[in-house]
Amino acid sequence: MGGAPVPPAVPASLGDREMSQPRSPVAWVGASAMRGTQFMGRMVLFLGVGLGWIFLPPAKLRRSIQQVYDIGVQSLFVVFITAAFTGMVLGLQGYYTLSKFGSETLLGSAVALSLIRELGPVLTALMVTGRAGSSMAAEIGIMRISEQIDALDTMAIDPMKFLVAPRLAGSIVAVPLLTAFFDVVGIYGGYIIGVKLLGVNPGAYFGEMRSSVEMVDIIGGLIKSLCFGCIIAWVCCYMGYFAERGAAGVSRATTTAVVLSSALIFMWDYLLTSVLL
Amino acid sequence: MLSIRGLWKQFGDQLVLRGIDLDMPSGKTTAIIGRSGCGKTVLLKHCIGLLKPDRGSIYVDEQEISRLRKKELNVARRRFGMLFQSAALFDSLNVFDNVAFPLREKTTLREEEIRRRTRERLRQVDLEEMAHKYPAELSGGMKKRVGLARALVMDPAIILFDEPTTGLDPLMEHAIHRLIRDTQRQFGFTAVVVSHSIPQIFDIAHQVALMYDGQIVAQGTPEELRASAHPVVQQFLGATIEGPLVLDN
Repeated sequence: MGGAPVPPAVPASLGDREMSQPRSPVAWVGASAMRGTQFMGRMVLFLGVGLGWIFLPPAKLRRSIQQVYDIGVQSLFVVFITAAFTGMVLGLQGYYTLSKFGSETLLGSAVALSLIRELGPVLTALMVTGRAGSSMAAEIGIMRISEQIDALDTMAIDPMKFLVAPRLAGSIVAVPLLTAFFDVVGIYGGYIIGVKLLGVNPGAYFGEMRSSVEMVDIIGGLIKSLCFGCIIAWVCCYMGYFAERGAAGVSRATTTAVVLSSALIFMWDYLLTSVLL
Repeated sequence: MLSIRGLWKQFGDQLVLRGIDLDMPSGKTTAIIGRSGCGKTVLLKHCIGLLKPDRGSIYVDEQEISRLRKKELNVARRRFGMLFQSAALFDSLNVFDNVAFPLREKTTLREEEIRRRTRERLRQVDLEEMAHKYPAELSGGMKKRVGLARALVMDPAIILFDEPTTGLDPLMEHAIHRLIRDTQRQFGFTAVVVSHSIPQIFDIAHQVALMYDGQIVAQGTPEELRASAHPVVQQFLGATIEGPLVLDN
Protein backbone atom coordinates (compact mmCIF):
# COMPACT_ATOMS: atom_id res chain seq x y z
CA MET A 1 0.00 0.00 0.00
CA GLY A 2 1.48 3.34 -0.89
CA GLY A 3 0.74 6.90 -1.79
CA ALA A 4 2.52 9.68 -3.62
CA PRO A 5 4.23 12.43 -1.66
CA VAL A 6 2.96 15.97 -1.91
CA PRO A 7 4.40 17.31 -5.18
CA PRO A 8 6.72 20.28 -5.25
CA ALA A 9 5.61 23.57 -6.74
CA VAL A 10 5.14 23.42 -10.51
CA PRO A 11 8.40 24.19 -12.28
CA ALA A 12 8.16 27.31 -14.42
CA SER A 13 9.46 25.46 -17.47
CA LEU A 14 6.78 22.78 -17.43
CA GLY A 15 4.29 22.20 -20.19
CA ASP A 16 2.96 23.81 -23.34
CA ARG A 17 2.05 26.96 -21.52
CA GLU A 18 -0.22 29.26 -23.50
CA MET A 19 0.97 32.75 -24.01
CA SER A 20 -0.21 35.05 -21.28
CA GLN A 21 -2.78 37.67 -22.20
CA PRO A 22 -1.08 40.50 -24.09
CA ARG A 23 -1.15 43.71 -22.15
CA SER A 24 -0.58 46.19 -24.96
CA PRO A 25 -1.29 46.47 -28.70
CA VAL A 26 2.40 45.88 -29.41
CA ALA A 27 2.36 42.69 -27.34
CA TRP A 28 -0.84 41.61 -29.11
CA VAL A 29 0.77 42.15 -32.54
CA GLY A 30 3.85 40.26 -31.37
CA ALA A 31 1.81 37.33 -30.03
CA SER A 32 -0.24 37.17 -33.24
CA ALA A 33 2.92 37.21 -35.34
CA MET A 34 4.36 34.38 -33.22
CA ARG A 35 1.21 32.31 -33.60
CA GLY A 36 1.10 32.96 -37.35
CA THR A 37 4.74 31.98 -37.76
CA GLN A 38 4.26 28.80 -35.73
CA PHE A 39 1.19 27.91 -37.77
CA MET A 40 3.01 28.39 -41.06
CA GLY A 41 6.01 26.48 -39.78
CA ARG A 42 3.83 23.55 -38.76
CA MET A 43 2.09 23.58 -42.14
CA VAL A 44 5.35 23.57 -44.07
CA LEU A 45 6.73 20.73 -41.93
CA PHE A 46 3.49 18.81 -42.47
CA LEU A 47 3.83 19.20 -46.24
CA GLY A 48 7.48 18.18 -46.16
CA VAL A 49 6.77 15.02 -44.17
CA GLY A 50 3.74 14.16 -46.31
CA LEU A 51 5.64 14.57 -49.59
CA GLY A 52 8.59 12.64 -48.16
CA TRP A 53 6.38 9.68 -47.27
CA ILE A 54 5.16 9.44 -50.89
CA PHE A 55 8.62 8.37 -51.96
CA LEU A 56 9.74 6.42 -48.91
CA PRO A 57 9.10 2.65 -48.80
CA PRO A 58 6.91 0.76 -48.27
CA ALA A 59 4.98 2.18 -51.22
CA LYS A 60 1.24 2.63 -50.72
CA LEU A 61 0.39 2.44 -54.41
CA ARG A 62 -3.05 0.90 -53.95
CA ARG A 63 -4.11 3.62 -51.52
CA SER A 64 -2.81 6.33 -53.85
CA ILE A 65 -4.72 4.85 -56.79
CA GLN A 66 -7.83 4.73 -54.63
CA GLN A 67 -7.33 8.44 -53.92
CA VAL A 68 -6.95 9.19 -57.64
CA TYR A 69 -10.35 7.53 -58.04
CA ASP A 70 -11.93 9.35 -55.08
CA ILE A 71 -10.56 12.75 -56.01
CA GLY A 72 -10.50 12.40 -59.79
CA VAL A 73 -13.17 10.04 -61.06
CA GLN A 74 -15.70 11.08 -58.42
CA SER A 75 -15.24 14.73 -59.41
CA LEU A 76 -15.74 14.15 -63.15
CA PHE A 77 -19.42 15.09 -63.22
CA VAL A 78 -19.08 18.36 -61.33
CA VAL A 79 -16.02 19.30 -63.38
CA PHE A 80 -17.89 18.45 -66.59
CA ILE A 81 -20.82 20.72 -65.69
CA THR A 82 -18.54 23.58 -64.61
CA ALA A 83 -16.35 23.23 -67.69
CA ALA A 84 -19.25 23.03 -70.15
CA PHE A 85 -20.92 26.17 -68.85
CA THR A 86 -17.65 28.05 -68.45
CA GLY A 87 -16.81 27.28 -72.09
CA MET A 88 -20.29 28.33 -73.18
CA VAL A 89 -20.07 31.63 -71.30
CA LEU A 90 -16.62 32.25 -72.75
CA GLY A 91 -18.11 31.54 -76.19
CA LEU A 92 -20.85 34.12 -75.66
CA GLN A 93 -18.70 36.79 -74.05
CA GLY A 94 -15.81 36.20 -76.45
CA TYR A 95 -18.08 36.46 -79.50
CA TYR A 96 -19.66 39.65 -78.15
CA THR A 97 -16.29 41.28 -77.55
CA LEU A 98 -14.54 40.05 -80.70
CA SER A 99 -17.44 40.97 -82.96
CA LYS A 100 -16.87 44.61 -81.99
CA PHE A 101 -13.53 44.39 -83.78
CA GLY A 102 -14.70 42.06 -86.53
CA SER A 103 -12.47 39.28 -85.19
CA GLU A 104 -15.02 36.53 -84.48
CA THR A 105 -12.74 33.98 -86.11
CA LEU A 106 -10.37 34.37 -83.15
CA LEU A 107 -13.03 32.98 -80.81
CA GLY A 108 -11.40 29.53 -80.68
CA SER A 109 -8.07 31.06 -79.65
CA ALA A 110 -9.68 33.24 -77.00
CA VAL A 111 -11.64 30.38 -75.48
CA ALA A 112 -8.74 27.92 -75.56
CA LEU A 113 -6.11 30.30 -74.18
CA SER A 114 -8.41 31.50 -71.39
CA LEU A 115 -9.17 27.94 -70.40
CA ILE A 116 -5.74 26.38 -70.75
CA ARG A 117 -3.74 29.18 -69.15
CA GLU A 118 -6.07 30.31 -66.44
CA LEU A 119 -9.65 29.19 -65.99
CA GLY A 120 -9.12 25.46 -66.42
CA PRO A 121 -6.56 25.02 -63.61
CA VAL A 122 -8.20 27.52 -61.24
CA LEU A 123 -11.82 26.46 -61.63
CA THR A 124 -10.95 22.77 -61.56
CA ALA A 125 -8.98 23.29 -58.37
CA LEU A 126 -11.84 25.22 -56.77
CA MET A 127 -14.35 22.50 -57.69
CA VAL A 128 -12.07 19.76 -56.36
CA THR A 129 -11.56 21.76 -53.18
CA GLY A 130 -15.31 22.00 -52.68
CA ARG A 131 -16.02 18.38 -53.46
CA ALA A 132 -12.99 16.28 -52.52
CA GLY A 133 -11.02 18.67 -50.29
CA SER A 134 -13.89 19.26 -47.89
CA SER A 135 -14.55 15.53 -47.66
CA MET A 136 -10.82 14.92 -47.05
CA ALA A 137 -10.76 17.41 -44.17
CA ALA A 138 -13.99 16.05 -42.68
CA GLU A 139 -12.93 12.40 -42.97
CA ILE A 140 -9.53 12.93 -41.37
CA GLY A 141 -11.08 15.25 -38.78
CA ILE A 142 -13.59 12.58 -37.76
CA MET A 143 -10.77 10.05 -37.59
CA ARG A 144 -8.93 12.45 -35.28
CA ILE A 145 -11.82 13.07 -32.88
CA SER A 146 -12.88 9.41 -32.79
CA GLU A 147 -9.31 8.36 -31.87
CA GLN A 148 -8.81 6.42 -35.12
CA ILE A 149 -5.58 8.34 -35.78
CA ASP A 150 -4.40 7.53 -32.26
CA ALA A 151 -5.27 3.90 -32.96
CA LEU A 152 -3.01 3.95 -36.04
CA ASP A 153 -0.22 5.37 -33.89
CA THR A 154 -0.62 2.64 -31.28
CA MET A 155 -0.34 0.02 -34.04
CA ALA A 156 2.98 1.60 -35.07
CA ILE A 157 1.42 2.76 -38.35
CA ASP A 158 2.43 6.29 -39.24
CA PRO A 159 -0.76 8.27 -39.96
CA MET A 160 1.19 10.61 -42.24
CA LYS A 161 2.19 7.64 -44.39
CA PHE A 162 -1.18 5.96 -44.16
CA LEU A 163 -3.56 8.92 -44.52
CA VAL A 164 -1.77 12.00 -45.81
CA ALA A 165 0.81 10.74 -48.34
CA PRO A 166 -1.73 8.80 -50.49
CA ARG A 167 -4.05 11.83 -50.57
CA LEU A 168 -1.21 14.13 -51.58
CA ALA A 169 -0.12 11.72 -54.32
CA GLY A 170 -3.70 11.15 -55.47
CA SER A 171 -4.47 14.85 -55.63
CA ILE A 172 -1.23 15.72 -57.44
CA VAL A 173 -2.10 13.13 -60.11
CA ALA A 174 -5.87 13.69 -60.29
CA VAL A 175 -6.07 17.50 -60.48
CA PRO A 176 -3.94 17.87 -63.65
CA LEU A 177 -5.98 15.09 -65.31
CA LEU A 178 -9.21 16.80 -64.32
CA THR A 179 -7.84 20.10 -65.60
CA ALA A 180 -7.11 18.55 -68.99
CA PHE A 181 -10.66 17.18 -69.01
CA PHE A 182 -11.99 20.63 -68.03
CA ASP A 183 -10.05 22.28 -70.88
CA VAL A 184 -11.39 19.87 -73.52
CA VAL A 185 -14.99 20.10 -72.32
CA GLY A 186 -14.74 23.89 -72.05
CA ILE A 187 -13.36 24.21 -75.58
CA TYR A 188 -16.30 22.16 -76.91
CA GLY A 189 -18.69 24.27 -74.78
CA GLY A 190 -17.34 27.38 -76.53
CA TYR A 191 -17.59 25.53 -79.86
CA ILE A 192 -21.28 24.75 -79.37
CA ILE A 193 -22.11 28.39 -78.63
CA GLY A 194 -19.70 30.02 -81.08
CA VAL A 195 -20.07 27.67 -84.04
CA LYS A 196 -23.47 26.04 -83.66
CA LEU A 197 -25.38 28.96 -82.18
CA LEU A 198 -23.62 32.11 -83.37
CA GLY A 199 -22.34 30.90 -86.72
CA VAL A 200 -18.56 31.14 -86.37
CA ASN A 201 -16.78 29.08 -89.00
CA PRO A 202 -15.81 25.71 -87.46
CA GLY A 203 -12.53 25.56 -89.39
CA ALA A 204 -11.58 29.02 -88.15
CA TYR A 205 -12.52 28.09 -84.56
CA PHE A 206 -10.11 25.15 -84.39
CA GLY A 207 -7.58 26.49 -86.92
CA GLU A 208 -6.96 29.72 -85.01
CA MET A 209 -6.81 27.72 -81.80
CA ARG A 210 -4.08 25.45 -83.21
CA SER A 211 -2.00 28.37 -84.38
CA SER A 212 -2.23 30.39 -81.16
CA VAL A 213 -2.01 27.75 -78.43
CA GLU A 214 1.61 26.82 -77.81
CA MET A 215 3.17 24.09 -75.75
CA VAL A 216 4.31 26.64 -73.21
CA ASP A 217 0.66 27.50 -72.51
CA ILE A 218 -0.18 23.86 -71.90
CA ILE A 219 2.87 23.32 -69.70
CA GLY A 220 2.04 26.47 -67.72
CA GLY A 221 -1.49 25.19 -67.08
CA LEU A 222 -0.09 21.80 -66.12
CA ILE A 223 2.36 23.31 -63.62
CA LYS A 224 -0.45 25.34 -62.09
CA SER A 225 -2.72 22.33 -61.74
CA LEU A 226 0.07 20.24 -60.17
CA CYS A 227 0.63 22.96 -57.57
CA PHE A 228 -3.09 23.35 -56.94
CA GLY A 229 -3.47 19.58 -56.46
CA CYS A 230 -0.74 19.71 -53.86
CA ILE A 231 -2.27 22.74 -52.11
CA ILE A 232 -5.71 21.11 -51.87
CA ALA A 233 -4.50 17.88 -50.25
CA TRP A 234 -1.95 19.67 -48.08
CA VAL A 235 -4.32 22.22 -46.57
CA CYS A 236 -7.33 19.91 -46.28
CA CYS A 237 -5.34 17.06 -44.70
CA TYR A 238 -3.64 19.47 -42.30
CA MET A 239 -6.89 21.00 -41.13
CA GLY A 240 -8.50 17.60 -40.64
CA TYR A 241 -5.42 16.17 -38.95
CA PHE A 242 -5.41 18.90 -36.33
CA ALA A 243 -9.20 19.20 -35.95
CA GLU A 244 -10.36 20.03 -32.46
CA ARG A 245 -12.71 17.90 -30.42
CA GLY A 246 -16.37 17.53 -31.25
CA ALA A 247 -18.59 18.09 -34.28
CA ALA A 248 -17.94 21.83 -34.10
CA GLY A 249 -14.20 21.18 -34.34
CA VAL A 250 -14.60 19.08 -37.50
CA SER A 251 -17.01 21.60 -38.98
CA ARG A 252 -14.55 24.44 -38.30
CA ALA A 253 -11.68 22.42 -39.75
CA THR A 254 -13.65 21.67 -42.93
CA THR A 255 -14.70 25.28 -43.46
CA THR A 256 -11.18 26.58 -42.80
CA ALA A 257 -9.75 23.96 -45.17
CA VAL A 258 -11.99 25.04 -48.05
CA VAL A 259 -11.53 28.78 -47.46
CA LEU A 260 -7.75 28.57 -46.96
CA SER A 261 -7.26 26.23 -49.94
CA SER A 262 -9.28 28.53 -52.20
CA ALA A 263 -7.39 31.62 -51.03
CA LEU A 264 -4.04 29.88 -51.50
CA ILE A 265 -5.07 28.72 -54.97
CA PHE A 266 -5.75 32.33 -56.04
CA MET A 267 -2.57 33.62 -54.42
CA TRP A 268 -0.43 30.86 -55.93
CA ASP A 269 -2.14 31.40 -59.29
CA TYR A 270 -1.07 35.03 -59.34
CA LEU A 271 2.45 34.13 -58.27
CA LEU A 272 2.83 31.42 -60.91
CA THR A 273 1.27 33.56 -63.64
CA SER A 274 3.70 36.37 -62.91
CA VAL A 275 6.60 33.90 -63.07
CA LEU A 276 5.41 31.99 -66.14
CA LEU A 277 4.45 35.00 -68.28
CA MET B 1 7.10 -4.61 -15.89
CA LEU B 2 5.65 -1.26 -16.97
CA SER B 3 6.96 1.47 -14.68
CA ILE B 4 6.19 5.15 -14.42
CA ARG B 5 8.59 7.44 -12.59
CA GLY B 6 7.93 11.05 -11.59
CA LEU B 7 5.55 11.79 -14.48
CA TRP B 8 4.40 15.39 -14.91
CA LYS B 9 2.17 16.76 -17.64
CA GLN B 10 0.62 20.14 -18.13
CA PHE B 11 -1.74 21.38 -20.89
CA GLY B 12 -1.80 25.17 -21.09
CA ASP B 13 -2.20 26.32 -17.51
CA GLN B 14 -3.82 23.06 -16.41
CA LEU B 15 -1.55 20.70 -14.53
CA VAL B 16 -2.90 17.21 -15.23
CA LEU B 17 -0.24 14.84 -13.87
CA ARG B 18 1.76 15.79 -10.78
CA GLY B 19 4.59 13.38 -10.31
CA ILE B 20 3.04 9.95 -10.92
CA ASP B 21 4.99 6.90 -9.72
CA LEU B 22 3.47 3.53 -10.52
CA ASP B 23 4.65 -0.02 -11.22
CA MET B 24 2.46 -2.35 -13.25
CA PRO B 25 3.76 -5.92 -12.88
CA SER B 26 4.10 -8.21 -15.90
CA GLY B 27 1.34 -10.72 -16.50
CA LYS B 28 -0.99 -8.98 -14.05
CA THR B 29 -3.96 -6.66 -14.34
CA THR B 30 -3.56 -3.18 -12.90
CA ALA B 31 -6.65 -1.02 -12.63
CA ILE B 32 -6.39 2.75 -12.47
CA ILE B 33 -9.47 4.31 -10.98
CA GLY B 34 -10.43 7.86 -10.18
CA ARG B 35 -12.88 10.63 -10.94
CA SER B 36 -13.56 11.78 -14.50
CA GLY B 37 -10.98 14.30 -15.60
CA CYS B 38 -8.39 13.32 -13.00
CA GLY B 39 -5.85 12.39 -15.70
CA LYS B 40 -6.29 8.61 -16.08
CA THR B 41 -6.53 8.62 -19.87
CA VAL B 42 -3.65 11.10 -20.11
CA LEU B 43 -1.58 8.69 -18.02
CA LEU B 44 -2.55 5.76 -20.26
CA LYS B 45 -1.65 7.70 -23.41
CA HIS B 46 1.79 8.39 -21.97
CA CYS B 47 2.32 4.66 -21.49
CA ILE B 48 2.09 4.03 -25.25
CA GLY B 49 3.81 7.23 -26.34
CA LEU B 50 0.76 9.09 -27.65
CA LEU B 51 1.75 11.93 -25.31
CA LYS B 52 5.21 13.03 -24.26
CA PRO B 53 5.81 13.82 -20.60
CA ASP B 54 6.96 17.26 -19.52
CA ARG B 55 9.07 15.53 -16.90
CA GLY B 56 9.50 11.95 -15.75
CA SER B 57 10.00 8.59 -17.44
CA ILE B 58 8.16 5.46 -18.52
CA TYR B 59 9.98 2.16 -18.63
CA VAL B 60 9.03 -1.14 -20.25
CA ASP B 61 11.29 -3.85 -18.85
CA GLU B 62 14.10 -1.37 -18.14
CA GLN B 63 13.77 0.31 -21.56
CA GLU B 64 12.79 3.95 -21.26
CA ILE B 65 10.15 4.56 -23.93
CA SER B 66 9.23 8.14 -23.11
CA ARG B 67 12.33 9.58 -24.79
CA LEU B 68 12.46 7.33 -27.85
CA ARG B 69 12.51 8.70 -31.36
CA LYS B 70 9.53 7.93 -33.56
CA LYS B 71 11.13 4.95 -35.30
CA GLU B 72 12.30 3.33 -32.07
CA LEU B 73 8.98 4.10 -30.42
CA ASN B 74 7.16 2.30 -33.23
CA VAL B 75 9.30 -0.78 -32.56
CA ALA B 76 8.45 -0.57 -28.84
CA ARG B 77 4.75 -0.14 -29.67
CA ARG B 78 4.68 -3.57 -31.29
CA ARG B 79 4.59 -4.95 -27.76
CA PHE B 80 1.42 -2.97 -27.01
CA GLY B 81 -2.24 -3.23 -27.82
CA MET B 82 -4.83 -0.67 -26.88
CA LEU B 83 -8.59 -0.67 -26.52
CA PHE B 84 -9.85 2.90 -26.76
CA GLN B 85 -12.79 4.37 -24.90
CA SER B 86 -14.63 4.82 -28.20
CA ALA B 87 -13.17 1.53 -29.55
CA ALA B 88 -11.65 3.66 -32.38
CA LEU B 89 -12.66 1.19 -35.08
CA PHE B 90 -12.02 2.28 -38.65
CA ASP B 91 -15.48 3.10 -39.89
CA SER B 92 -14.62 2.46 -43.54
CA LEU B 93 -13.68 -1.17 -42.77
CA ASN B 94 -15.94 -4.01 -41.70
CA VAL B 95 -15.40 -5.95 -38.48
CA PHE B 96 -13.21 -8.61 -40.08
CA ASP B 97 -10.99 -6.08 -41.84
CA ASN B 98 -10.71 -3.99 -38.67
CA VAL B 99 -9.36 -6.97 -36.74
CA ALA B 100 -7.15 -8.11 -39.61
CA PHE B 101 -5.83 -4.58 -40.16
CA PRO B 102 -2.70 -4.72 -37.94
CA LEU B 103 -1.74 -8.10 -39.40
CA ARG B 104 -2.08 -6.83 -42.96
CA GLU B 105 -0.20 -3.61 -42.27
CA LYS B 106 2.54 -4.79 -39.92
CA THR B 107 3.28 -8.39 -40.87
CA THR B 108 4.21 -10.35 -43.97
CA LEU B 109 1.84 -13.20 -43.19
CA ARG B 110 -0.02 -14.83 -46.03
CA GLU B 111 -3.67 -13.92 -46.44
CA GLU B 112 -4.86 -17.41 -45.36
CA GLU B 113 -2.93 -17.13 -42.10
CA ILE B 114 -4.26 -13.61 -41.52
CA ARG B 115 -7.80 -14.90 -42.06
CA ARG B 116 -7.23 -17.81 -39.70
CA ARG B 117 -5.90 -15.60 -36.89
CA THR B 118 -8.61 -13.00 -37.39
CA ARG B 119 -11.37 -15.62 -37.27
CA GLU B 120 -9.81 -17.07 -34.13
CA ARG B 121 -9.81 -13.69 -32.35
CA LEU B 122 -13.36 -12.97 -33.47
CA ARG B 123 -14.42 -16.35 -32.11
CA GLN B 124 -12.80 -15.51 -28.76
CA VAL B 125 -14.90 -12.37 -28.45
CA ASP B 126 -17.95 -14.23 -29.78
CA LEU B 127 -18.37 -12.04 -32.86
CA GLU B 128 -17.70 -14.42 -35.73
CA GLU B 129 -21.19 -13.88 -37.08
CA MET B 130 -20.66 -10.12 -37.22
CA ALA B 131 -17.52 -10.24 -39.38
CA HIS B 132 -19.18 -8.60 -42.37
CA LYS B 133 -20.84 -5.78 -40.41
CA TYR B 134 -19.53 -2.22 -40.30
CA PRO B 135 -18.85 -0.39 -37.01
CA ALA B 136 -21.89 1.85 -37.51
CA GLU B 137 -24.09 -1.28 -37.43
CA LEU B 138 -22.74 -2.49 -34.07
CA SER B 139 -23.84 -1.82 -30.50
CA GLY B 140 -21.46 -0.20 -28.01
CA GLY B 141 -20.61 -3.55 -26.42
CA MET B 142 -19.91 -5.17 -29.78
CA LYS B 143 -17.60 -2.31 -30.76
CA LYS B 144 -15.62 -2.81 -27.55
CA ARG B 145 -15.34 -6.53 -28.26
CA VAL B 146 -14.12 -5.87 -31.80
CA GLY B 147 -11.65 -3.39 -30.34
CA LEU B 148 -10.45 -6.05 -27.94
CA ALA B 149 -10.09 -8.60 -30.76
CA ARG B 150 -8.04 -6.04 -32.72
CA ALA B 151 -5.89 -5.32 -29.67
CA LEU B 152 -5.29 -9.06 -29.18
CA VAL B 153 -4.59 -10.01 -32.78
CA MET B 154 -0.89 -9.12 -32.68
CA ASP B 155 -0.41 -11.08 -29.41
CA PRO B 156 0.91 -8.06 -27.50
CA ALA B 157 2.70 -8.30 -24.17
CA ILE B 158 0.86 -5.28 -22.76
CA ILE B 159 -2.73 -4.21 -23.42
CA LEU B 160 -4.06 -0.84 -22.30
CA PHE B 161 -7.82 -0.54 -21.75
CA ASP B 162 -9.24 2.98 -21.67
CA GLU B 163 -12.60 2.82 -19.88
CA PRO B 164 -13.66 -0.40 -21.61
CA THR B 165 -17.14 -0.45 -20.08
CA THR B 166 -18.15 3.22 -20.21
CA GLY B 167 -21.61 3.64 -21.67
CA LEU B 168 -22.53 -0.03 -21.49
CA ASP B 169 -25.44 -1.63 -19.67
CA PRO B 170 -24.61 -3.64 -16.50
CA LEU B 171 -24.87 -7.01 -18.28
CA MET B 172 -22.53 -5.97 -21.04
CA GLU B 173 -20.25 -4.34 -18.48
CA HIS B 174 -20.00 -7.67 -16.68
CA ALA B 175 -19.44 -9.51 -19.96
CA ILE B 176 -16.59 -7.18 -21.00
CA HIS B 177 -14.94 -7.49 -17.59
CA ARG B 178 -15.14 -11.26 -17.77
CA LEU B 179 -13.72 -11.18 -21.29
CA ILE B 180 -10.78 -9.05 -20.13
CA ARG B 181 -10.16 -11.37 -17.18
CA ASP B 182 -10.41 -14.55 -19.27
CA THR B 183 -8.23 -13.30 -22.12
CA GLN B 184 -5.66 -11.96 -19.65
CA ARG B 185 -5.50 -15.37 -17.99
CA GLN B 186 -5.36 -17.17 -21.32
CA PHE B 187 -2.67 -15.04 -22.96
CA GLY B 188 -0.88 -13.79 -19.85
CA PHE B 189 -0.45 -10.21 -21.07
CA THR B 190 0.06 -7.24 -18.77
CA ALA B 191 -3.26 -5.42 -18.58
CA VAL B 192 -3.70 -1.80 -17.56
CA VAL B 193 -7.36 -0.91 -17.18
CA VAL B 194 -8.61 2.63 -16.66
CA SER B 195 -12.10 2.33 -15.26
CA HIS B 196 -14.95 3.88 -13.32
CA SER B 197 -16.60 0.54 -12.69
CA ILE B 198 -16.52 0.22 -8.92
CA PRO B 199 -16.60 -2.40 -7.46
CA GLN B 200 -16.68 -4.64 -10.59
CA ILE B 201 -13.13 -3.73 -11.56
CA PHE B 202 -11.92 -5.17 -8.25
CA ASP B 203 -12.93 -8.64 -9.47
CA ILE B 204 -10.49 -8.60 -12.40
CA ALA B 205 -7.60 -6.50 -11.04
CA HIS B 206 -4.54 -7.84 -9.24
CA GLN B 207 -3.58 -4.29 -8.31
CA VAL B 208 -5.59 -1.08 -8.08
CA ALA B 209 -4.29 2.50 -8.10
CA LEU B 210 -6.49 5.46 -7.23
CA MET B 211 -5.74 8.76 -8.96
CA TYR B 212 -6.77 12.06 -7.48
CA ASP B 213 -5.79 15.51 -8.63
CA GLY B 214 -3.03 14.23 -10.90
CA GLN B 215 -1.42 11.95 -8.32
CA ILE B 216 -1.66 8.32 -7.26
CA VAL B 217 -3.02 8.70 -3.72
CA ALA B 218 -3.31 4.97 -3.00
CA GLN B 219 -2.31 1.69 -4.59
CA GLY B 220 -2.33 -1.95 -3.63
CA THR B 221 -4.35 -5.10 -4.02
CA PRO B 222 -8.13 -4.70 -4.14
CA GLU B 223 -8.33 -5.88 -0.53
CA GLU B 224 -5.71 -3.37 0.58
CA LEU B 225 -7.52 -0.56 -1.15
CA ARG B 226 -10.85 -1.54 0.38
CA ALA B 227 -9.19 -1.50 3.80
CA SER B 228 -7.49 1.86 3.24
CA ALA B 229 -8.29 4.66 5.67
CA HIS B 230 -7.29 7.35 3.17
CA PRO B 231 -10.20 9.81 3.05
CA VAL B 232 -10.16 10.05 -0.76
CA VAL B 233 -10.26 6.24 -1.07
CA GLN B 234 -13.05 6.02 1.47
CA GLN B 235 -15.13 8.69 -0.26
CA PHE B 236 -14.51 7.34 -3.79
CA LEU B 237 -15.25 3.71 -2.98
CA GLY B 238 -18.17 4.67 -0.75
CA ALA B 239 -19.51 7.11 -3.36
CA THR B 240 -20.36 9.65 -0.69
CA ILE B 241 -20.83 13.36 -1.20
CA GLU B 242 -18.95 14.49 1.91
CA GLY B 243 -15.17 14.34 1.75
CA PRO B 244 -12.11 15.78 0.03
CA LEU B 245 -13.52 15.06 -3.45
CA VAL B 246 -15.51 18.09 -4.57
CA LEU B 247 -18.32 17.50 -7.06
CA ASP B 248 -17.91 20.74 -9.00
CA ASN B 249 -14.18 20.19 -9.44
